[in-house]
Amino acid sequence: MERIPILRMGHFLLVTIQIDLYDRLATNLEADLVQMVNRTGARGVLIDISALNIVDSFMGRILGNIGSMSKIMDAETVVVGMQPAVAITLIELGLELKGVHTALNVEKGMELLKQKIGPAEASDEDDDEDGTE
Amino acid sequence: MMTKMVLNKDSMRIEREQDVVPFRNRVREFAVKIGMGIVNQTKLITAASELVRNMLKYAGGGAVLIEAISQGRETGIRLTFEDKGPGIGDIALAMKDGYSSGKSLGIGLPGTKRLVNEFDIKSKTGEGTTVSIVKWKNG
Ligand SMILES: Nc1ncnc2c1ncn2[C@@H]1O[C@H](COP(=O)(O)OP(=O)(O)OP(=O)(O)O)[C@@H](O)[C@H]1O
Ligand SMILES: [Mg+2]
Repeated sequence: MERIPILRMGHFLLVTIQIDLYDRLATNLEADLVQMVNRTGARGVLIDISALNIVDSFMGRILGNIGSMSKIMDAETVVVGMQPAVAITLIELGLELKGVHTALNVEKGMELLKQKIGPAEASDEDDDEDGTE
Repeated sequence: MMTKMVLNKDSMRIEREQDVVPFRNRVREFAVKIGMGIVNQTKLITAASELVRNMLKYAGGGAVLIEAISQGRETGIRLTFEDKGPGIGDIALAMKDGYSSGKSLGIGLPGTKRLVNEFDIKSKTGEGTTVSIVKWKNG
């Protein structure tokens, strides 16, 4: 079964979506990410969708699910690189990406995540649980 | 009212979830060929994706006719989704933002209507549903 690779960087998980996802691939990604947040105690999830030409209600729901489930496990989700045409279309479609933050690019997304979880924790790899915002 | 002329067409059967991405790509090819800009392309393909998902989810599949059309000076893409599913009893209700019989968001139909220039839906309970949309190149 094909899968989207998830990279671990300290307290963060990174995913780059490089192709238009088949539904199965998208639901697998959702399950894998949630599992990995749980297993690693990651505090942030960054999803790069700059290669996605369209986000329909199905994909939007997947992103929202990742965000809200990660949140339950105390991790923030940032979606980065959304193409302008996709952003315009989502607004007209009426789909809000609830539960996820958005940023222009990976760099800005990382900054945002660090801000959200607090700088002390972002730089300290061994110290998972006791930080507060 | 000016008549619409068909310049080019293709039809696709949609039976499985795996048919969605190739279908979207085919629609994109048609849109690119008439020179549709990226924003309108994205709106059209997103609308197409919503309708094809409805067809799969509620009617178990169907057929889509993809047409490049012209009307006067305008060119555009017309998509016609036809299924032999259960039909929609109350179209006005189905077109409402937030209404879903499938515990979903209920934005597919009303959202699609906002994304395109022409939207037409016909349905008969027990017989099926036909949805037709048009996106003009400069619409
Ligand atoms: N092809 C179809 N055949 C039968 N019923 C349909 C069809 N398309 C839509 N419907 C009905 O219309 C309702 C509204 O459709 P719409 O796409 O707006 O919302 P949804 O599919 O339920 O949710 P979403 O698209 O947000 O995931 C559906 O819940 C379903 O009851
Ligand atoms: Mg729908």
